[in-house]
Amino acid sequence: MTRPLPRYAAGPPPEAEPPQAQPQPVIRLTSVVKTYGTGEAAVQALRGVTLDVVARDYVAIMGASGSGKSTMMNIIGCLDVPSEGQFLIDGIDTSSLDEQQLAVVRNRKIGFVFQAFNLIPRMTALANVELPLSYAGLRAAERRRRAEAALYLVGLAERMHAQPKQLSGGQQQRVAVARALVTAPSLVLADEPTGNLDTRASHDLMDVFDRLNAAGRTIVLITHEADVAAHAKRVIGVQDGRIVADRRVIEPGALPPLFGQPVHRSVRP
Amino acid sequence: MSPAQVFRFALAGLAANKLRSALTTLGILIGVGSVILLVAVGNGSSQSVQNAISSLGVNAITVLHTGGAVGGSGPTSSTTAFAEPQNLTTADGQALAQAQGVASVSPAVSTSVTLTYGASSDTASLTGTYPSYFPAEDDTLSAGSSFTAQEVNTAQDVVVLGSEAASDLFGTANPVGKSVLVTGVPFTVVGVLATKGASGLTSADNTAVAPLTTVQDALTGFGTLNDIVVLAKSAAVVGTVEGEITSILDRRHHETAADADFEVLNASTLLSTASSTAHTFTVLLGAVAAISLLVGGIGITNIMLVTVTERTREIGIRKAIGATPGVILAQFLTEATLLSMIGGALGVLAGIIGTRFTIVGVKPVTVPLSIPLAFGVSALIGLFFGGFPANRAAGMRPADALRYE
Repeated sequence: MTRPLPRYAAGPPPEAEPPQAQPQPVIRLTSVVKTYGTGEAAVQALRGVTLDVVARDYVAIMGASGSGKSTMMNIIGCLDVPSEGQFLIDGIDTSSLDEQQLAVVRNRKIGFVFQAFNLIPRMTALANVELPLSYAGLRAAERRRRAEAALYLVGLAERMHAQPKQLSGGQQQRVAVARALVTAPSLVLADEPTGNLDTRASHDLMDVFDRLNAAGRTIVLITHEADVAAHAKRVIGVQDGRIVADRRVIEPGALPPLFGQPVHRSVRP
Repeated sequence: MSPAQVFRFALAGLAANKLRSALTTLGILIGVGSVILLVAVGNGSSQSVQNAISSLGVNAITVLHTGGAVGGSGPTSSTTAFAEPQNLTTADGQALAQAQGVASVSPAVSTSVTLTYGASSDTASLTGTYPSYFPAEDDTLSAGSSFTAQEVNTAQDVVVLGSEAASDLFGTANPVGKSVLVTGVPFTVVGVLATKGASGLTSADNTAVAPLTTVQDALTGFGTLNDIVVLAKSAAVVGTVEGEITSILDRRHHETAADADFEVLNASTLLSTASSTAHTFTVLLGAVAAISLLVGGIGITNIMLVTVTERTREIGIRKAIGATPGVILAQFLTEATLLSMIGGALGVLAGIIGTRFTIVGVKPVTVPLSIPLAFGVSALIGLFFGGFPANRAAGMRPADALRYE
């Protein structure tokens, strides 16, 4: 657990990462089927999903509750493995991995942002952001440097010693974004990130996501709000465990569609 | 993930619910403390019994009367084929005095009496005997003198008080020459015994010794003696003398070993009986304490299960951001072991402090081995009883754990 990936050794902050095209997609789902239960009681949550997401893309997955988008999020987030079909992240086939290896993949490749923020209570914002680096085995000084940089990036450098309960919902979610970024993951995976936020905090948060994507981060958003999906470069519709719509708004290499829009600026105080 | 980091997470986990951690620790504290303390009490009582018995003097042999009516005129009828139990008499004592290797013979009766002097009174054990009883029992006088054989023969009302009986009645005043009432009969105090110390749970100093004839006359009547204390000439002949006593008394009472109405004891047989009794006592006390330690261990399992359930979501978050099952296992095992080891360390401290006090008349003597043993067992209890909840935490599926409300 003390062996950091080479990308940590190089240690470029997320913004400085060169926008090079990767030879393979960041994630690739091939005919993914996910079945819960067995026999008569079996429920197919995903019925053959095939999807590639390339680097620097900004994808919104939309669907009503029960459409299978949460199952998709679990599989893309390596929290679960497909029943059938194949899921690759950075070319790694997750079906062959055990729980220990999946944990390492989650740590190195994926940054999670949840609807319920999911910060660990009684730990300061800084300690929460350092946590993934602890599990990666980084030294204390390096952890701190990176965590401070990530908090600076989401505009919370001055609140880094606050505990989650001392922060507003919007601030907590930005701490969660910092925690998702701090390992410089291949993919930032956000599950209804604005679901528990008011309009202004939602705009602030989406602004953070836009800037991250403009700086080269690959982002997958799961949402049912059209306002949120409007920030993405590609919108995918899911229904009854299948992809029913796939709309390309703008090329992966371009700036996000609503990047720096005055509409959003005007909402800020 | 370094061990120091795991340790820090575990500490933070414990600090999150301080009251619960403290109560769980208390369970182990009581378990470890009581193992150390109760084993020390057992050991202490065993040592004090042994000291008391060895203070009897190794050359003394005690013939105890068993069976038959004590203090009565003897059995009046018997339907059994066995020889009837007979009284132990002064005549038996005289016969024993003829045996080889015997230095002195002191027939004795004993009874519980109330001593009264002025307004103060005291319940003590009164022994009626001959002056030779004092050297045989290793008794020395701190004031006054013993009574004489002449005073026994003429049944004088004189008494020698044990040190505790004397201080209870007279305080710091000199009792020699004063008159005390022994269950209503006036006796003159002629001497006071030096302090002998406790023997087991009773004091060897709360006693009074008077001439045999006087005690029989005034208090017990002329039935059987309670015992005859025979002093051998040297430790080397104790065994021979014991054999002679048995054969003389068997002959005089027409008995065989099977229906003997007396028992011959010396300090070493008493010592081995007493120490095996004390050993059993210590083991029993230790077992009771070990059970309380076990209960403390189950308390750890219980509280860790609650903790793991309560922190299911946190476990899910930690797993989602890259904690491996091993790291989660290590964190919860460390929490459980920390609880039990803190409890163990405090328990050792409490046990050692506890042994500084006298408990129900026993001065506890710490058994050194009990300290590392109790502490080690407490650490193992943390590992063992924390293992099940920690394993449950490590085995949680992250997707399910994250959904937990």
